[in-house]
Amino acid sequence: MARARAAEKTKSTPAKPGHNADRDELLGYYRSMLLIRRFEERAGQLYGMGLIGGFCHLYIGQEAIAVGVQAVKESGDSVITGYRDHGHMLACGMDPNEVMAELTGRATGASKGKGGSMHMFSTASDFYGGHGIVGAQVSLGTGLAFANRYKSNGKVSFTYFGDGAANQGQVYESFNMAELWRLPVVYVIENNQYAMGTSIERSSAETDLYKRGLSFRIPGEEVDGMDVEAVRDAASRAAAHARSGKGPYILEMMTYRYRGHSMSDPAKYRTREEVDQVRKTRDPIEHLEHRLSELGFADEAALKAIDADVKRIVADAAEFARMSPEPDPAALYTDVYLEAAQ
Amino acid sequence: MTDVLMPALSPTMEEGTLAKWHVKVGDTVRSGDVIAEIETDKATMEVEAVDEGVITEILVPEGAEEVKVNTTIARLNGGAAQTKTEPAAAPEPAAAPTPAPVATPPAAVAPAAAPRDPELPAGATLSRVTVRDALRDAMAEEMRRDERVFLMGEEVAQYQGAYKVSRGLLEEFGERRVIDTPITEHGFAGLGVGAAMAGLKPIVEFMTWNFAMQAIDQIINSAAKTLYMSGGQIRCSVVFRGPNGAASRVGAQHSQDYSNWYAHVPGLKVVAPYDAADAKGLLKAAIRDPNPVVFLEHEMLYGTEFDVPADIDWVVPIGKAKIRREGSGVTITAHARMVGLALAAAEQLAAEGIDAEVVDLRTLRPLDHETIVQSVMKTNRLVSVEEGWGPMGVGAEVVARVIEHAFDYLDAPPVRVCQEDVPLPYAANLELLSLPSVDKIVAAARAVSYR
Repeated sequence: MARARAAEKTKSTPAKPGHNADRDELLGYYRSMLLIRRFEERAGQLYGMGLIGGFCHLYIGQEAIAVGVQAVKESGDSVITGYRDHGHMLACGMDPNEVMAELTGRATGASKGKGGSMHMFSTASDFYGGHGIVGAQVSLGTGLAFANRYKSNGKVSFTYFGDGAANQGQVYESFNMAELWRLPVVYVIENNQYAMGTSIERSSAETDLYKRGLSFRIPGEEVDGMDVEAVRDAASRAAAHARSGKGPYILEMMTYRYRGHSMSDPAKYRTREEVDQVRKTRDPIEHLEHRLSELGFADEAALKAIDADVKRIVADAAEFARMSPEPDPAALYTDVYLEAAQ
Repeated sequence: MTDVLMPALSPTMEEGTLAKWHVKVGDTVRSGDVIAEIETDKATMEVEAVDEGVITEILVPEGAEEVKVNTTIARLNGGAAQTKTEPAAAPEPAAAPTPAPVATPPAAVAPAAAPRDPELPAGATLSRVTVRDALRDAMAEEMRRDERVFLMGEEVAQYQGAYKVSRGLLEEFGERRVIDTPITEHGFAGLGVGAAMAGLKPIVEFMTWNFAMQAIDQIINSAAKTLYMSGGQIRCSVVFRGPNGAASRVGAQHSQDYSNWYAHVPGLKVVAPYDAADAKGLLKAAIRDPNPVVFLEHEMLYGTEFDVPADIDWVVPIGKAKIRREGSGVTITAHARMVGLALAAAEQLAAEGIDAEVVDLRTLRPLDHETIVQSVMKTNRLVSVEEGWGPMGVGAEVVARVIEHAFDYLDAPPVRVCQEDVPLPYAANLELLSLPSVDKIVAAARAVSYR
């Protein structure tokens, strides 16, 4: 059911072939998406080896979204998301070494080993997490937008959440305030069709999530989240709307996750055929490969070279994450409070 | 003849000002007509006639202050319509049934004529300020000092605060910095935390802490934990404030004390002041603090006046308890409104020859157990008082710390005075029975003194 619906939606939002994306731009997206894919594959391996603990939610299949939105992000625009956050961190430019080392719980990790997969941040990369409570990041991201308006800095908050979080009450509390106060926030809904094991049809009375802002007068549109150029173009429209003082904008990115909800997902809620069908027909990286060759921007050898380079980065990250020391026991007690400067 | 009485406009109102009469003697009024305006420190309200008739007497003049609730302010004779319906020869009524007595709380414990507080700076001028205005002054001073500070919450701006704590702030700072929110605690608490992560310093007012349960996820999971989870990267300098605990006759859902809920959580600081000087000085410290601070006020104290240092930048450090009364016979710990009860109990105990030391905790996290332990080492006896429930409570923590650090100094098992282990009832007598009282504290102090 989810598959049929996803296919139908894809037809409704074709990529705009006339966009003047230049070669370097598209190759940059390719490289970023491939980095996320290879990084996540390696994370899955390390999890299997027991080097990564706890929960680990992989972004494989959804790469075009974080990368396409990142393409329109200006320096100082903030990004915040939920627990499936590795892709966003890499897209934001965080060092794969520190992300992987956080996954393995090492002192060199982005959060010094104290956050883990779901709790990483980088003020340098404008990345505000990494939040483990479904929907909480929506209010927080609205607050980041509030701060932008308060400071009149012209910056936008890109606030990501999934189809599961779209049913949380605080999402609508946030929508209301965002439109009421014309806050510069772009809500990016990554609709991968399943909230853990519950399909959107089984959880949502209105499955067109881009319409969820209508009763707050927030415009929304549905986007093919498997097409990085479509994502970029939609994000560009949404960011321009928010940046110009018109308030929030909703983008519903139609996408699919290939892996389980987390590593320990028995996947009884969907068929292997459904997953394979999406991989075969809608894969965002293959889609971009076709575009690159169709436009004559890269031949197979060039793409292979990128892949080799990305694999090396990921292998280095895994090695770094494996070899880095665990946090010093004294770190247990640091970062609980900041010193008050009285 | 109908008596028009001074109305109570809120659960805690005891008196008010008769600001204006809209009628004069001889005027005919109908039910629903506005006849007067009443002002309290919290609100101005119109008084409507509830009967038809002609005003025959005005007993309280316009502008009269401190008019007690239920004072007869005017008289009304029944209108023509009403007269007609009266029986021609009404029999003399038998003795009117006597209303059953309704329990009244003991008069507010006024810390009158207390000696000058040694903590207050020697040179400073003191002025009498209500806790309400002290809190407002703290916010105003910090907003003048730091452009990043802003206030958000329900009714904080145009309405001037549900309890008038933010009176005048909208006028001074404008709607950019004093922001009325929709009734969406979960959403606006999260929005405030997000703004703090981006470097602003929000003061998030909850109309009462009871409503903050809708927002507790953002307070704990987002505000308290993010510094740690980010390895020290993400700051969250935010103050969550509002009245906590039981007001008066507002029932179980509006009366809970959340002291121990928040004091349980690493990453939060939790402050619960008693007097106006602490309310002001601690709120200023809370706003300047780089960490999330839960600031628990008490509605029953908002209208109480205390000495506050004037004309100086009065900041009270978070994390320090205060000895409110020195004594050698028994240590009584308390915070917020319970401090007043503990002080009153100490006076009563003094008359019985028990010399109580009253320790005002002021900050619950970090708890200044050194001051408590030092006191118990001197008195060898401990009574803890809190307004909330006992199990897993503030008193449980105070007792545990004393046992850990001063076990050998105790001459008697400590006693906890707290709310009875039931939801707070509405009926006046049951409510009084449920809450801690001076008598309960006195009895506990006697018990640990084997008297």
